[in-house]
Amino acid sequence: MHFGPHLLLAALEGLVTSAVLALTALGLSLVFGVMRVVNVAHGEFFMLGAVLAWAITAAIGGHPALGFLAALVIAPLIVGAIALVAERLVLRRLNYNPEATIVATIGMLYIIQQLALSFYGPEARPVEPPFSYRILLPWFGYSGYKLSIIAASALLLIATWLVLTRTRIGLIMRATQYDSETAQAFGIPVGRVYGGVFALGAMLAAIAAVLIVPISQAHYLMGQDPLLLSFIVVIIGGLGSLRGTVVAAVLIGLSDGIISMFFSPTLAKIIATLLVAMVLVFRPQGLFGTTSR
Amino acid sequence: MTPLLTTKGLSRHFGGLRAVDGVDFTLMPGEIRAVIGPNGAGKTTFVSLVSGRIQPSSGAIVFDGADITGLPAYIRVRQGIAYTFQITSVFANLSTYDNVALPVQRTLSDGRSKGAVKAGVMTALERTGLADRAHMPAGQLSYGHQRLLEVAMGLALKPRLLILDEPTQGLADSEIDNFITLVREIAKNATVLLIEHNMPVVMQLADRITVFNAGKILAEGTPEAIRENAAVQEAYLGTAP
Amino acid sequence: MSEASPAKAYALHLGVIALLFVLSFVLPDYYHGLLARIMVLAVFAMGYNMLFGYVGLLSLGHAMFFGAGLYGAGLAVIQLGWSVPLAFLGGIACGAVLALVIGLLALRTTGVAFMIVTMMFAQVFYLLILYFATWTGGDQGQVVPQPARVLNFGTTSLDLTNPTVRYMSALALFSLVLLVTLAIVRSRYGRVLVAIRENEERTKMLGYDTFSNKLIAVVVSGTICAASGAAYALLFGYVGSSFASVQYSILPLLWVLLGGAATTLGPLIGTVFMYYVIDVTSGYTSAYLLIVGVALILLVLFFPKGILGTARQRWLGWLP
Repeated sequence: MHFGPHLLLAALEGLVTSAVLALTALGLSLVFGVMRVVNVAHGEFFMLGAVLAWAITAAIGGHPALGFLAALVIAPLIVGAIALVAERLVLRRLNYNPEATIVATIGMLYIIQQLALSFYGPEARPVEPPFSYRILLPWFGYSGYKLSIIAASALLLIATWLVLTRTRIGLIMRATQYDSETAQAFGIPVGRVYGGVFALGAMLAAIAAVLIVPISQAHYLMGQDPLLLSFIVVIIGGLGSLRGTVVAAVLIGLSDGIISMFFSPTLAKIIATLLVAMVLVFRPQGLFGTTSR
Repeated sequence: MTPLLTTKGLSRHFGGLRAVDGVDFTLMPGEIRAVIGPNGAGKTTFVSLVSGRIQPSSGAIVFDGADITGLPAYIRVRQGIAYTFQITSVFANLSTYDNVALPVQRTLSDGRSKGAVKAGVMTALERTGLADRAHMPAGQLSYGHQRLLEVAMGLALKPRLLILDEPTQGLADSEIDNFITLVREIAKNATVLLIEHNMPVVMQLADRITVFNAGKILAEGTPEAIRENAAVQEAYLGTAP
Repeated sequence: MSEASPAKAYALHLGVIALLFVLSFVLPDYYHGLLARIMVLAVFAMGYNMLFGYVGLLSLGHAMFFGAGLYGAGLAVIQLGWSVPLAFLGGIACGAVLALVIGLLALRTTGVAFMIVTMMFAQVFYLLILYFATWTGGDQGQVVPQPARVLNFGTTSLDLTNPTVRYMSALALFSLVLLVTLAIVRSRYGRVLVAIRENEERTKMLGYDTFSNKLIAVVVSGTICAASGAAYALLFGYVGSSFASVQYSILPLLWVLLGGAATTLGPLIGTVFMYYVIDVTSGYTSAYLLIVGVALILLVLFFPKGILGTARQRWLGWLP
């Protein structure tokens, strides 16, 4: 294969990574933006989505598309419900104190991970893709399903953007993000907004996981990398900024594939983590954010 | 006599707002100077610039002949500029004793000796009448006593310039009388820069008064001169003197 | 912090040390070894408490300081053939230097950003251990060979693999760090640290250079944690990457929260208690991380002051 097609292939693979990453990171970014809560258990919601997708498709059987569609609807709903319960029972009682909530979400991370290990087991299990159509390009064939991931993610991102900017719900969320006390004074049920946003954030991660699980596999430790990458995306993109999050996700997704062509995965992670830590130290508003002053 | 504090063209902008706008200010040693002005005139921003809590957009600050414009706040404190907060911010979970011990142990040359620290703390507490409350957590003191503790902490720094930001706010009349006596005593060893809304307090204490309006100095002079100043009456005191 | 009853405080601490000394003669073998391990890990928790409890800086990356001591000492013996005392000091030096560098960088941030940054630096440290697997042994880890773990003083020698020597060495380190901690928090420097925790802005306006004071605290904290790591490598003879993983940054936080942040004996109590809980429950479940998770949430929800913090608030105001 020539260099051109090779690069196209790498770019396509990178875009698939970016698409999933953008959804996951958007969930983390929304929760941080609106609630000022750093959710360390975010990756576990991602993992739960994948594990539930496997359980649902296995239970339904029949044509793979049927099970997959069911999983795409049911898994995020279950994950959202779990997140909502966690928010009501724990985060709300902590008054969203930033440091206490981090410790609490670390606790959630351990609990979810161990429960997944106990009930799902240590195996990695595949989920069959809903369709196996291959698009034949002049140089190589490419999975139609992977392209549909990119499309689905783009649609979801646009939908989220529309909800945030054009609807009453979006307005309420932005008002809460801007100044929760004033929002409360204007009769916005801030507590319910927080519950909804936390559930929504978890659901975005779960959807991303359901989309990716047919081309990767469900495993109880699979939440760690998405968590780290989401942190990186959110920090680079500027905390709480939707556009920054998407741009950073594409950047990281594309460069992840290219960097790992030159470096070992471990070295790539070392460099990426160190760079992001340095961004936080020297440019805490993110590479695309502007200073508040 | 050289001035203790001078500012030249001192400015601070917040976005488009010129909170302090080209202020030239001079303070002589030993003075009690009051700074008055309507809300939002830039008084607190001005003393925050002097104490180093915020950095100026432009201009210079000279303290005792040396340019201190670029120095961080803690070094200015060490050079003798003490600032007591407008909003009471004593260490609520520490005892009254520990609150005062913090400034004392830093200013003492032999701060390592427990006896010296204790003597210094008790002196400051006795001057402010808090000695019998030394082992109470500061957060459990009454509001008036917390204000006094703020002053005690400022005193313990042995400042050459003590900046008091609205020290009598929220105090009862009887407490205010004690306070006036206390400031007079402090002024024997230090220069005092006082932001104050309570006009009777200002008139009793101040040697000179500086009037701020919209980030600039509107007028400056003796209490009598300020009382007679038509521009001040219009801008600040309203129509009634 | 209080000026009252310093004698009482010192008596209590010496009493705890005496109790641990006596326990070495009465405990059955299994608990004897366990307690030695707990004492070393309690030193780790005390180092963490120095920063988290007294300065109010919540780090999620202290595993790197423990790891620096562990690998600094362990690899000095394994790869360079250093003697035990030299390797111990080498491990501590590694932790101190690392803490200085991390402190200079991470202290530019505050609050949540400080937590994330320390976690990321620790992750880099962990990945570096995996990356240089040929030297460090990667995630398999390495055993510090038994013959190397002997202290030679002229003709006499101390074998650190001997259970009694090991216990007494752990106790010596623990006692030293406990008394040093007590002295620090009772000193005027300790008072400044607490002031920074309570209100950093106000502390600056009393003429304190809060950045330098915090930096010193990070270095002291990191050095104590490295001493714990170095002792662990030499006394228990194993270095492995899991000791530098995120989990080992969370564990000291858990121990300190449980025992009581900003109490000198809290780290010991928390470590003992957590080991006890895991020991008891290990009969029913292998999922000990589940217990860690539940404990973390219950602590922050219902018991944020921990055991000794609550005791101090209710009954024992003099507790340091």
